[in-house]
Amino acid sequence: MGEPLTFHFDVDGDNFTSAGEASLSMKKNLRQLGISPEIIRRVSIAMYEGEINMVIHAGGGTADVTVHSDRIEILLADRGPGIENIDLAMREGFSTAPENIRNLGFGAGMGLPNMKKNTDSLVVDTALGVGTTIRMTVLI
Amino acid sequence: MTVSDLSKQSGFRSLAMPFPDREVSGVYVGDLLSWVMGRANEGDLWLTIMTNVNVIAVATLTGVSAVLLCEDCEPDSELIKLATEKGINLLVTDKKIYEACLFVGEALS
Ligand SMILES: Nc1ncnc2c1ncn2[C@@H]1O[C@H](COP(=O)(O)OP(=O)(O)OP(=O)(O)O)[C@@H](O)[C@H]1O
Ligand SMILES: [Mg+2]
Repeated sequence: MGEPLTFHFDVDGDNFTSAGEASLSMKKNLRQLGISPEIIRRVSIAMYEGEINMVIHAGGGTADVTVHSDRIEILLADRGPGIENIDLAMREGFSTAPENIRNLGFGAGMGLPNMKKNTDSLVVDTALGVGTTIRMTVLI
Repeated sequence: MTVSDLSKQSGFRSLAMPFPDREVSGVYVGDLLSWVMGRANEGDLWLTIMTNVNVIAVATLTGVSAVLLCEDCEPDSELIKLATEKGINLLVTDKKIYEACLFVGEALS
């Protein structure tokens, strides 16, 4: 692979019943590129959790994926409320998801831990009232 | 055992079966989506009572062999349409999750 390939997605914040579109189409893209199933699984699960979080907690955002020869980078950016305490948010079981969202099966507080588990690096940059940027790397 | 054989043997009703020959290699039970996302293995049969469309995204990304909706949960019509579109095998049963598990355990052993 020569030049890195980039993919951009706008993540709609209004509709959490169709959320996951960006991750599902990224999964397809990676399959077409011949990336191994295990890497595809890790990338698409981590991206899905981040995508859902932007929809549920931040009113949407953007996802940019760059496929390098040795790694895949996922950049998620939103202008939501920010995360007050990131150490707490990273803990399994911590969730501020409201009742109507929990009824859909979200709110286990496992999204960020899943993102960490499935990536080789995860960096969160967040500020209250400004937004959240998450950069994840999966080594190929 | 394939999804199609399991469906025939068990009487689990098929709502969508785009890949009847997929092998059921294990079982996972859960309703909290990101819990399932973190724990279900590729090829598992996923038993749940969740019926909204997010189930399809989770099933696609985890690579489960089929989703079995238990306890007579009525799926959104959108769910069935999406399962067909995205290539997810979708079954339904009126059995309680525990009873469905016993049945599947027996069938797979
Ligand atoms: N993009 C974001 N903007 C603002 N807050 C966020 C964002 N992502 C996560 N959070 C906060 O971090 C908490 C933990 O996130 P995590 O994904 O682990 O759990 P959850 O989304 O609440 O539940 P689950 O992912 O299990 O469905 C959230 O409840 C929310 O308070
Ligand atoms: Mg989450």
